[in-house]
Amino acid sequence: MADKAVMTGTYFMNGDYACCEGALAAGCRFFAGYPITPATEIAERMSRRLPELGGIFIQMEDEIASMSAILGASWGGVKAMTSTSGPGFSLMMENIGLGICTETPCVICNVQRAGPSTGLPTLVGQGDMMQARWGSHGHYEVIALAPSSPQEMFDLTIRAFNLSEQYRIPVMIMADEVVGHMNERVVIPRREEIEIVGRRKPKVSPDKYLPYHPDPDGVAPMANCGDGYRIHITGLTHDERGYPGMDEKTQAQMVNRLIGKIVNNRDKIIRTENVYLDDADVVVVAYGISARSARQAVRDARARGIRAGLIKLETVWPFPEALIRDVAGRVRALIMPEINAGQMVLEVQRCAGGACPVHLVSHLGGSIIHPATILRAIEDSIKGKK
Amino acid sequence: MSYTIMNKEKHILITGFGGQGVIMAGDILGTAATLYDGKFATMTQAYGPEARGGACSAQIIISEEEVLFPYVKEPHVLICLSQEGYAKNIGSLREGGMLILDADLIQARKISSDIIAYDIPATRFAEELGNKMMANIVTLGFLAAVYNLVGAEALRKAVQTSVPAPTREMNSRAFERGSEYGKATLKSRAKQGRLARD
Repeated sequence: MADKAVMTGTYFMNGDYACCEGALAAGCRFFAGYPITPATEIAERMSRRLPELGGIFIQMEDEIASMSAILGASWGGVKAMTSTSGPGFSLMMENIGLGICTETPCVICNVQRAGPSTGLPTLVGQGDMMQARWGSHGHYEVIALAPSSPQEMFDLTIRAFNLSEQYRIPVMIMADEVVGHMNERVVIPRREEIEIVGRRKPKVSPDKYLPYHPDPDGVAPMANCGDGYRIHITGLTHDERGYPGMDEKTQAQMVNRLIGKIVNNRDKIIRTENVYLDDADVVVVAYGISARSARQAVRDARARGIRAGLIKLETVWPFPEALIRDVAGRVRALIMPEINAGQMVLEVQRCAGGACPVHLVSHLGGSIIHPATILRAIEDSIKGKK
Repeated sequence: MSYTIMNKEKHILITGFGGQGVIMAGDILGTAATLYDGKFATMTQAYGPEARGGACSAQIIISEEEVLFPYVKEPHVLICLSQEGYAKNIGSLREGGMLILDADLIQARKISSDIIAYDIPATRFAEELGNKMMANIVTLGFLAAVYNLVGAEALRKAVQTSVPAPTREMNSRAFERGSEYGKATLKSRAKQGRLARD
């Protein structure tokens, strides 16, 4: 193969492998991780592929160290990622917060299994969605994406790297066991067809550089270690120089900026696929593997004469508040299927603000939700209003 | 809950033990459909927390259209390479479905008359050809002959691109052995007036 990094072609490939290929195509050259079902295939393939490309693979002692290692690698100037599942994701939380506070671009792929704790290691869950949002301490914003297929594991991994570089933030890919382990058609385009966002470097001379002084969009250019710029990296509250500032003013400035750079750019970050929204009486909001069942249910409902629609969340965090608020005012009900006891549905309810009923279709893990279950919820929601 | 299968979808369940090439057989089937036969396919796997020797299965859906729900609950075709896989899954086979098993490995109970059942001594054939690990490929060759799922050519190609290069010729012989046995089985059944349906 001429291009070893971008494996242009069509494959019958599982989602975990597609995630690796997306990462490599995006320019990832460092992976640190610890194997865990159902994410092991990502580490396994990276251990084979990265050395072929002159990259580095390290199997770490645990997930705390894995997360530390990719933050360090990123400051060294390389695009870096790790992958894990529930128990490992929990261990990563503190250092994900460090990555957010130090504004370190990197990617974490969480191939979700059913929890809590060891749970069902080989079976599907979507129970880490709020953990992705709030799992590290303090107040901050995150970016998280939810792939529904091996193809999206490829596409959204590239997007995750692009967003992480663009907004200087760890980006989470919230996959799940079925998406990770399922084989399906994956088309890898040619390198020139793939949009890659590189790191925003300082435009000023080293004596004028402030590592946390933002551009107008709220994001500060980032000098890597060894570029000749003075940098100070700390998880303590810090000022534009990166120096600790133990006072409420510095705290407010820093936290406001960490939040603002995401919130103020959310229209550029949030992507949803909207199907049949124009005339919909009832809309299913879904993400990840559950969005496939939702799409089938919406098609089946249409075939039965019910005007159903679908909002498929590609970006789960930040949450598409404005879209949900708008749609809630126009429909008779919103329905969310998810493989947990109700997490993202809380966001849907919040945004709907009582404008329409919001129904949860819950599965507690171990299986994906059958389209017929969602179809029944669609039918019930229409009847309920009559 | 009633379980509906989308039109144009064919559901296949392959069961056995970890290490028998069950997942690989599913992968080859999906590859043949997706890359060489212009169809859509998904493959999901089921296995326990232990890695090897435990029961495992590959669930494949092949369709003319995009497959949305990738689980297989009531297969059209059930392929069994272990007693446990047979015992656990025989009840899920659809009415009029097809059962393919290796009778050297599996003691089947009385099989319902609305099931089309085939026996392929895949493991024995594979051993005769030099490696019992090719039982999965023998089975795929047999499947290609008795069930119009994906083109035999597409399946041949997928076998060739999926197995390690030094074993291609050997696996090709395994595939043809299964295929010939399938054709012969069909012929003898036709004589008995029990032609398998598509």
